[in-house]
Amino acid sequence: MSEKFDVIVVGAGPAGTSCAYTAAKNGLKVLLIERGEFPGAKNVMGGILYRKQMEEIIPEFWKEAPLERPVVEQRFWFMDKESMVTTSYKGLEWAQEPYNNFTVLRAKFDKWFADKAVEQGALLINETVVTECIVEDEKVVGVRTDRPDGEIYADVVVLADGVNSLLAKKLGFHKEWKPEEVALTVMEVMKMPKGSINERFNVEDNQGVSVEIFGESTKGALGTAFLYTNKDSINIGVGTTLSGMIKKKMKPHQLLEELKSHPMIKPYLEGAETLEYLAHLIPEGGYNSIPKLVGDGVMVIGDAAQLVNAIHREGSNMAMASGKMAAETILKAKELGEFTERNLDSYRTDLYDSFIGKDLKKYKDAAHTFEEHPVYFEQYVPLMNRAMSTMFTVDGTAKWDKQKKIMNSFTAGRGKLGVAKDLYRAWRVVK
Amino acid sequence: MAKTLEEKQYLVRFNCDTKSHLEVKDHDVCATKCPDKDCTIFCPADVYKWEGDRMFVGYEGCHECGSCRIGCPFDNIKWEYPKGGHGIVFRLA
Repeated sequence: MSEKFDVIVVGAGPAGTSCAYTAAKNGLKVLLIERGEFPGAKNVMGGILYRKQMEEIIPEFWKEAPLERPVVEQRFWFMDKESMVTTSYKGLEWAQEPYNNFTVLRAKFDKWFADKAVEQGALLINETVVTECIVEDEKVVGVRTDRPDGEIYADVVVLADGVNSLLAKKLGFHKEWKPEEVALTVMEVMKMPKGSINERFNVEDNQGVSVEIFGESTKGALGTAFLYTNKDSINIGVGTTLSGMIKKKMKPHQLLEELKSHPMIKPYLEGAETLEYLAHLIPEGGYNSIPKLVGDGVMVIGDAAQLVNAIHREGSNMAMASGKMAAETILKAKELGEFTERNLDSYRTDLYDSFIGKDLKKYKDAAHTFEEHPVYFEQYVPLMNRAMSTMFTVDGTAKWDKQKKIMNSFTAGRGKLGVAKDLYRAWRVVK
Repeated sequence: MAKTLEEKQYLVRFNCDTKSHLEVKDHDVCATKCPDKDCTIFCPADVYKWEGDRMFVGYEGCHECGSCRIGCPFDNIKWEYPKGGHGIVFRLA
């Protein structure tokens, strides 16, 4: 292929497709390259897609996109071995337009979304691995692929090649990720009749529930498990930092089996049948792990740029917003006719000024702190459970005595000052 | 309910290449320097199996997550994407 494109986007996930869509819609000549058999074939997500950032690319997308259920209730379970403390919010404003978020199955969604970019004029090539960027005079001018004569040129190459981001690493934009900077997550899609989902999760058709599960679900390691309702299937998964997985010598697949057979979870899965098993990494290094984002003729977006807010399980929305911002920057650079790092740098500043930069900054020390101090997941979750059990078990003990017992259980071994320090430390990194 | 990893892997579609995209750079390192062999534990698809004297790499069942490359304490795994269109094909999520 000897023709030259305005933009080559590497990777047809939410970030890459958002960028390709926006650029093509505004008249640029765009090539979108995907290594999978089809867009979505290599992509995994727990399953929550946020409405806001997607709507900014395709207004009212929910009227035609392949979505599962709009989430009307977000539950949080703090689990011990045979108990859990729970909290949740359910709101019917989320059951109607414009909705808040949806469960999705990515293989279907990503394919649909990439087709939308093609409708806007982008050229999509599947089954093609980009092996490296072509660099001339320290400027990225195209990509080399694993196809014969597979060199393709463009004014700008946008790297949306996902969490591993071998291409940005090769350019020296980041070092190899450390095991603390990624979370290893496994999940299963399990078939379940619509009626059973509605009954078990107390919802109607076209209403969904998301459940985030802490504590015993990861054996106290830094991470979470999740349970999301699709139309007639559920996604159940669990992940921890790769470092946590290694430190605790856990087998991810076993962790998932233990979760599925946990007495708090098992009744929800009764009769459900596994359809697919999936493993993937999530970039969870946060603010301090964001790589160099812009160079001469090149930009990095989405997971490849570590744009995930693990605390609020936001990622695909940041991917989409970053893809759109990158495309808008390229459009401006096109007017100037120059694609230098300086001309493309407004992508970086826009990103850091947006909710992405701000939210990632807000939690920049959270993951590191919770990993260094495993006390929160390992000890406070079981303590919370025992406190509730103590308080609500009627056994003739006076409530004041119960309260004293609970206080003592929290301060045992660490003192009041220790508890205060733990609380302060946690507050400081999420405030 | 599928229980074993083998059963689950059967549910996944793989379009295997004839050539491995994963390679142990130096088998000596696994044999002599790495008593823990963490990759045989954390790999979500049990791609790595220690055969007593050598690391067996069952690349055909790889989910392409990248954990082994990042988690190997000796940076001893050469990790590439399978050829375009090959490797794992997720059909659902």
